[in-house]
Amino acid sequence: MAKITYIAHDGSERTVDVKPGLSVMEGAVKNNVPGIDADCGGACACATCHVYVQEPWLDKVGKPSAMEESMLDFAEGVEPNSRLSCQIKVSDALDGLVVKTPESQH
Amino acid sequence: MIAGQTSETGRTGRVLAAEARVVIVGAGHAGGTAAALLRQYGFAGPITLVGEEPLPPYQRPPLSKAWLKGEADADALALRPDSYYAEQAIALRLGARVEAMDLAGRTVTLQGGERLAYDRLILATGARARRIPLPGLELPGVHELRTAADAEALKQALGRGRRLAVIGGGYIGLEAAASARALDAEAVVIEREPRLLARVACAALSNFFQDYHAARGVAFVLGADVQAIVGEGRAEGVRLADGRILSCDAVLVGVGAVPNQELAQAAGLACEGGIRVDLRARTSDPHVHAIGDCTRRPLPLYGQAHRLESVPNALEQAKQAAADLCGRPEPAPEVPWFWSDQYDLKLQIAGLPFDVAQTIVRGEPTTARFAVFHLDPEHRVQAVEAVNAAPEFMAGRLLIGNRKPVAPEKLRDMSVSMKEVAA
Repeated sequence: MAKITYIAHDGSERTVDVKPGLSVMEGAVKNNVPGIDADCGGACACATCHVYVQEPWLDKVGKPSAMEESMLDFAEGVEPNSRLSCQIKVSDALDGLVVKTPESQH
Repeated sequence: MIAGQTSETGRTGRVLAAEARVVIVGAGHAGGTAAALLRQYGFAGPITLVGEEPLPPYQRPPLSKAWLKGEADADALALRPDSYYAEQAIALRLGARVEAMDLAGRTVTLQGGERLAYDRLILATGARARRIPLPGLELPGVHELRTAADAEALKQALGRGRRLAVIGGGYIGLEAAASARALDAEAVVIEREPRLLARVACAALSNFFQDYHAARGVAFVLGADVQAIVGEGRAEGVRLADGRILSCDAVLVGVGAVPNQELAQAAGLACEGGIRVDLRARTSDPHVHAIGDCTRRPLPLYGQAHRLESVPNALEQAKQAAADLCGRPEPAPEVPWFWSDQYDLKLQIAGLPFDVAQTIVRGEPTTARFAVFHLDPEHRVQAVEAVNAAPEFMAGRLLIGNRKPVAPEKLRDMSVSMKEVAA
């Protein structure tokens, strides 16, 4: 299990155990962490699982694919540390990862 | 409206008392999400989620894709882990079929006679596969694809060298055909209309998908009149009106879905090709909401009502119902959208092609990266169909929502970025 911390827009935090192999999005949805809608269920089709990856984790989660980048281009409030959480696969190397969720996914 | 109910209809009149009993009928994507959102929004009263299938809420879209190909297990399919429901005090009643609803007495009756009393009821009864009157439909080896059990049965029937005949050239049929090919099974798709996806996509897209599937070994019979499924004791072929028999080991019938509205209709709720709801998912009864595939809902962007069969719609309406019950503001209407995965293709569709005056293809279909935009007479985007074209989909969805006119010549020109087109 890897501990993933989700910080909501209002600053409230939830830390949950996520099974390696699941995505950061699935970790949120399966644990009822609010702030990640994930309309498409992880198909990289909707950009409603947008998160901001907190340092020092940005390098460790790797770079978005071209598809993910073009989805992010049109999401709201995109920053250099924006990612789609359905495209970040949880591994032991990401134990401790902290992500922030935006005010709205739509 | 009858006297005594007026207090229920005010802006905040339907807000739940802390101890109100919420019963949700239908434990699919819509029902499961509504239960979760009620908890997220702070409702602490009793929630009972009644489902006819034996499984807690799961995702249906992978059934015709990753699940058929053996790339997803039950855990991956589940919307949430089993432990979630106990943790959130959501009572699951699975394998339970609702037989009747009594709106005046505010109860639902389960098969076997047990009654559940509610203060607020959310109907999320979904849709079922359409059944066409066809001789041989009852034969073993004839499948439909709606539930996890359906998908498991179909999966058992596929495999190297097996032959699948698909009746219906819609998304389910094409996704299943693609999955069959991935498993080295043969697939033939039989469609009544002269083109695939006739009800749900434009001709350019139909042609593209047909070519793409054909190049990967899927056979097609279009404009076909299916007369019967034939076989000795099990499905062995599909007989067409011209006398041809297409031999197969299994048949998948994928000819659309019909809303499960009978319960609601029998109880007296207004129904019209789906349970009629407003933008707060309210039905004609003040104590009943309805969400997902079973509803006919307003589409404010298009000025009409429609039934949408999609996960995004189920989620949007679950939000509407949960927000209404918890006294939150009505969520802003979303642009309807859909997606389909076949082979390495990601099809994303936003909007609906009503009042289309002009259709513009951006990109070259032969490259498998293109988008079809449908514009109204004022050059506003009504719908976009995007194949492996995320920027076109995302920008199109934005433009459908903000009703900004676009310049067709820019839209057509791949050297102009979608950011600039949408600016």
